[in-house]
Amino acid sequence: MPEPLLQVNDLKVHFPTDDGLVKAVDGVSFQVMPGETLGVVGESGSGKSVSFLTVMGLITTKQAIIEGEVIFKGQDLLQIPQEEMRHVRGEKISMIFQDPMTSLHPFYKVGSQIGEAIRAHQKVSKKEAFDQAVEMLQRVGIPKPEERANQYPHEFSGGMRQRAMIAMALSLNPDLLIADEPTTALDVTVQAQILDLIDRLREEFNASIVIITHDLGVVAEHCDHLQVMYAGKIVETGTADDIYYHPHHPYAWGLLGSITRLDEEQRERLRPIKGLPPSLIFVPPGCAFHPRCPYAFDKCRVDVPELLPVDGQHAAACHLPLADKQRIFAEEVAAR
Amino acid sequence: MVRYIIRRLLWVMVTLLVITLLTYLIFFVMPPTDPAINFAGKQPTEELVAEVKRQFGLDKPLLVQYGLFVKRIFLGDEYGWPGLGFSFSTRSELKPVIFERLLITVQLALGAAILWLLVGIPIGILSALRPRSIFDRFAMGFALFGVSTPVFFLGPVMLYIFWFQLGWLPGSGFYPIGQYGFWEWFSHMIMPWTVLALAFAAFYARMTRGNLIETMGEDYIRTARAKGLSERRVVLKHGLRSALTPIVTILGLDLGALLGGAIITETVFNLQGLGNYAIQSVFSGDLYAILDVTIIAAFFITFANLVVDVVYAFLDPRVRYT
Repeated sequence: MPEPLLQVNDLKVHFPTDDGLVKAVDGVSFQVMPGETLGVVGESGSGKSVSFLTVMGLITTKQAIIEGEVIFKGQDLLQIPQEEMRHVRGEKISMIFQDPMTSLHPFYKVGSQIGEAIRAHQKVSKKEAFDQAVEMLQRVGIPKPEERANQYPHEFSGGMRQRAMIAMALSLNPDLLIADEPTTALDVTVQAQILDLIDRLREEFNASIVIITHDLGVVAEHCDHLQVMYAGKIVETGTADDIYYHPHHPYAWGLLGSITRLDEEQRERLRPIKGLPPSLIFVPPGCAFHPRCPYAFDKCRVDVPELLPVDGQHAAACHLPLADKQRIFAEEVAAR
Repeated sequence: MVRYIIRRLLWVMVTLLVITLLTYLIFFVMPPTDPAINFAGKQPTEELVAEVKRQFGLDKPLLVQYGLFVKRIFLGDEYGWPGLGFSFSTRSELKPVIFERLLITVQLALGAAILWLLVGIPIGILSALRPRSIFDRFAMGFALFGVSTPVFFLGPVMLYIFWFQLGWLPGSGFYPIGQYGFWEWFSHMIMPWTVLALAFAAFYARMTRGNLIETMGEDYIRTARAKGLSERRVVLKHGLRSALTPIVTILGLDLGALLGGAIITETVFNLQGLGNYAIQSVFSGDLYAILDVTIIAAFFITFANLVVDVVYAFLDPRVRYT
């Protein structure tokens, strides 16, 4: 088995606030293999963005209490000095964000913003960097890239801006691209285009990709692996097929239940997961999902379930007996 | 852009017309005493007042009087362009006096502006980068002191300490650089600049701090960091660029307002500037001088507004004028 590109071990990110300690990420372990696409799914506040902002070194010990290991190409990124981390960021690992409308600086031309990323890591002239930026814009499918590179972000549409962000992120040919809700702020048609683009570029650039999303439906077909996060923990992980067709965690069932399907006649209303994500300061005892879980029993209110393997790479953190899970899923979830 | 500037310049004219009209009404029409009596001396005879009225055109209908006044300003009078008229108290042409005083005010205002920018903006930046640190608390304490200390208090206190007690700096008065040399001029300007700049420096520090803290929370700053830029570059190139743009606007307006005269500072430090002249003219009832100062002040403010709007189009590419 090849070495994982990124190996995160028992990562904890806790923010001290006036109201108490916010346990945004509470003991998360996972890995990203070279060339694979990992989907990270969860509601707002499940800790999915925070985990990866920490991987990027954009959340540091200045803001949060960070524990665990983030091993990237054999090096623990949490231990290396700031200046060295700066060279990993953007060059080896790059990131695109949810809202392309606000992610680009409004006062600088798109081409020079991409060029700036190149010049942060390579000794090239402004002109060369700009030319490379134009080439990148072309590779992400922006028509008339020379003209576009000389425009400002407000002259771009949302989809075009996200393409420009992707061009910027890939301009240094990174090993890992983290896409934090890359399509959430975009129109549905544009969403599909951007995800297809990311798929295509993964092969072209031979990079691993992490797609963070709250929409299981959007990413399922673009990811090799999925992991479901809830209240700062991973509650289920496995291949995309495992999670999509044989999910074991009631929260994953809930996420599947809230996907709109257009290929089938709408027989009933969408089933939202009842209740709200828990407070990350006063996390419910036992399984954090138990207050919202229709199948919770006594043990769930006391013991924190561990992430236990189901089969192969598939693992879930739930106290329900396997037989019950299979029965409930078959009768109540898949039947819908 | 050119069309926009021309249109705005026309509006500057209109604004100035309205301001002259209001000022004219306040000083020539509203006061119960006849301006001619004011000019005619302590014991005016009927004939003298009538003669004065005839000479200044005060016997004509009000509208004609105002028209003549506006015409002189825009087209010039017997002393050339712009027609700023004749002083009631010195009985001589006003233009040279006003320009001489304007020059002093310009030196005061520009020097103070440089000072408050040099002090206020760096303090604001440092505070914003370490919010709630000891430096930040100290700086914001200074800012509170700065904005809440009146010039008429701080000026005399500084004069007392640095001139009267310590003797480090010379006292009040203006010493033109051409006549007395750089040091004499400079040392006399230090205290007026400092006193005038303090409140502005405090205000600019607070504004820079607030803007920069807000900007540093923007998504595009996170993008800049994600690119792997150095923190220095993130702050100076990406943060400050956005945070300082609104400050350019305020600077333009503040300078415009100050060029019309910093009345209190000029009075405290006995600088013969425009603001000081405005006060003198009001006390001596020198009507044309009051009108002139008002118009000049109004011109600077309206013009500064225009300059700010034009400059903004260059600073923020999202702004376009048609």
